Amino acid sequence: MMQEELVLEVQGMKKYFPIKKGFLQRTAGYVKAVDDIRFQIRPGETFGLVGESGCGKTTLGRCILRAIEPSSGSVLFRDRNGQVKDVIKLDSKGLRAIRRDMQLIFQDPYSSLNPRMTILNIIAEPLVCNRLARGPEIKEKVSRLMEMVGLDSRHLERYPHAFSGGQRQRIGIARALATEPKFIVCDEAVSALDVSVQAQILNLLQDLQEQLNLSYLFISHDLGVIQHISNRVGVMYVGKMVETADTRDLFAKPQHPYTEALLSAKPVPDPRKKSNRIILSGEVANPANPPSGCYFHPRCPYAKEICKKETPEWRQVGTNHYSACHFAGELNLRGVPV
Amino acid sequence: MSQNEAIIMEMKDVKVHFHLDEGVLKAVDGVDLQLKRGRTLGIVGESGCGKSVTSQAILRIVPKPGEVHGQILLHRRTENGPQVVDLVKLDPRGKEIRDIRGGEIAMIFQEPMKAFSPIHTIGNQIMEAILLHATEDKAEAYRLAVEILKKVGMSNPEQRMNEYPHQLSGGMRQRAMIAMALSCNPSVLIADEPTTALDVTVQAQVLQLINELKSSNDTSVIFITHDLGVIAEMSDDVAVMYLGKVVEYTDVDTLFHHPKHPYTRALMNSIPSVGRASKRLESIEGTVPFPMNLPKGCGFYSRCKMAKDGVCNVGDVPLVEVAKGHRVRCLLADGVESAEPEVRSS
Repeated sequence: MMQEELVLEVQGMKKYFPIKKGFLQRTAGYVKAVDDIRFQIRPGETFGLVGESGCGKTTLGRCILRAIEPSSGSVLFRDRNGQVKDVIKLDSKGLRAIRRDMQLIFQDPYSSLNPRMTILNIIAEPLVCNRLARGPEIKEKVSRLMEMVGLDSRHLERYPHAFSGGQRQRIGIARALATEPKFIVCDEAVSALDVSVQAQILNLLQDLQEQLNLSYLFISHDLGVIQHISNRVGVMYVGKMVETADTRDLFAKPQHPYTEALLSAKPVPDPRKKSNRIILSGEVANPANPPSGCYFHPRCPYAKEICKKETPEWRQVGTNHYSACHFAGELNLRGVPV
Repeated sequence: MSQNEAIIMEMKDVKVHFHLDEGVLKAVDGVDLQLKRGRTLGIVGESGCGKSVTSQAILRIVPKPGEVHGQILLHRRTENGPQVVDLVKLDPRGKEIRDIRGGEIAMIFQEPMKAFSPIHTIGNQIMEAILLHATEDKAEAYRLAVEILKKVGMSNPEQRMNEYPHQLSGGMRQRAMIAMALSCNPSVLIADEPTTALDVTVQAQVLQLINELKSSNDTSVIFITHDLGVIAEMSDDVAVMYLGKVVEYTDVDTLFHHPKHPYTRALMNSIPSVGRASKRLESIEGTVPFPMNLPKGCGFYSRCKMAKDGVCNVGDVPLVEVAKGHRVRCLLADGVESAEPEVRSS
């Protein structure tokens, strides 16, 4: 049911939030936050998920972990014993067991750590909950985890406020690693950090991936970060995946006009390369009231009649390269030199 | 005097100190900058480097108990010929600074949702600025406000005049903010992280708008951001700040192609950017120290890879002109080969 080499496969994932109206709270419509998404992740691979705010990338990440209950779809996951399970169908006991293998790193290192718990207790919590350690063993394991993420293990008894943003993010990573997971969702894990610290954390995440053969779902709005860390990339727009491809392919030869526009909108840190940039008109469509046909057509410079009427199909346009555009493969879109 | 003619604002040894119970926090510690007419000066640095406080010092809106020292000279063109005002000497609540604030010097803030009043319409707020500085006729102010909204690319400006800030999207709100800032034809525009809260596609729109308005109105811009990509895009001159001090100050091309200060170089090597795939990023070890009771010598000493004991940690490091128009605050700058950093060689 799932190909041999995969660690995670998401199929037909949907999350519709109802819009309640009036005194009787009847459902007046739906916000299609995540709409029919599918993708796969291999062991030791980083899948980058990029898109603008409100495109549903965080909701998708949480649906995969079932932190939010998805409306429909399935998440096939290979656990540590090599058994494939559908995360969406698991009961609470099964879910608890499988969550040892899938963890989450949060965006904001300030609000994701309890200010009234010591670092020891924060990192030990997953160990205690999953009964992975007891007694003096806990302290030993936590010390090892702290050293693994580059923190001084003498600081065990300190509280989060004593640490800087980058150090707190390391604490968050140590906590995620405590249960020895195979798969981690990094939700904007470096967005709140300054560039010099961001580089430290990105390097750490890559080192840990190599050491522990982790798979990441790396969610970010920053194309530079995504290109740096990902093996494959998915681009989301208003709840839908519009393109997925190997990183090199996606950046060099985008096959969706939205990807092209995103790539060209990102300012390049080189004054000699002031590009003739594509400026999209308008703003991201409202997911509660999306446009007809292709959601991107009101902003798309290549839009034709058909784009207003028909929703484009998800189709393969190259090796490992998929796009949801009526004209994928026909348009000569501009990438960036890789 | 021809050189002075080209300069609209000069900051000389500007310091902003906060006297707290724990000691003196030197948020800005001796900054010298010049803003040329019709040009953009970029200020870049990480959080806590003092870039925003610098802009607050210009408008004299530094929160208490901050104290501003030094000189901020604004070269004005009045009916009685050119005139120079030292903004530091003005009473922060006085009439003169209130005339300049929003009139000659306007500011765009990072988070327009916080900068606008939530209980007044966009139109009201823009008209208020116009009534304060440009005209006393309400009908005229209304006309000017609609015109400026049209200019910043707002759809149905008449309708937007009656809307509240929460009814606009982030990009539209930032446009309204820019409209308000430009409504009185300022000669200096300070943009403090104007696009940080926006998505990239909207950011591209706003940056283009600022550039268009700058050239059509002949405004000088101080552009503050942490994003080196945006700096490269927008600036003519750039100042890199670290711990309240300018560590490198030069034109944008030199900065990106021949950076001298170890901090600038490390900063550039640590950005993961589109079009540069490499396995590892060069990171700067440690974090920015807290700007209170700092040790002697170079502020970057503790994190610098080139730092030499007995040289860098002895006394204050001066900002030295190493080439024409290229100032660097590093004792070892001469030893840094001026070759292009490996970052971009294309």
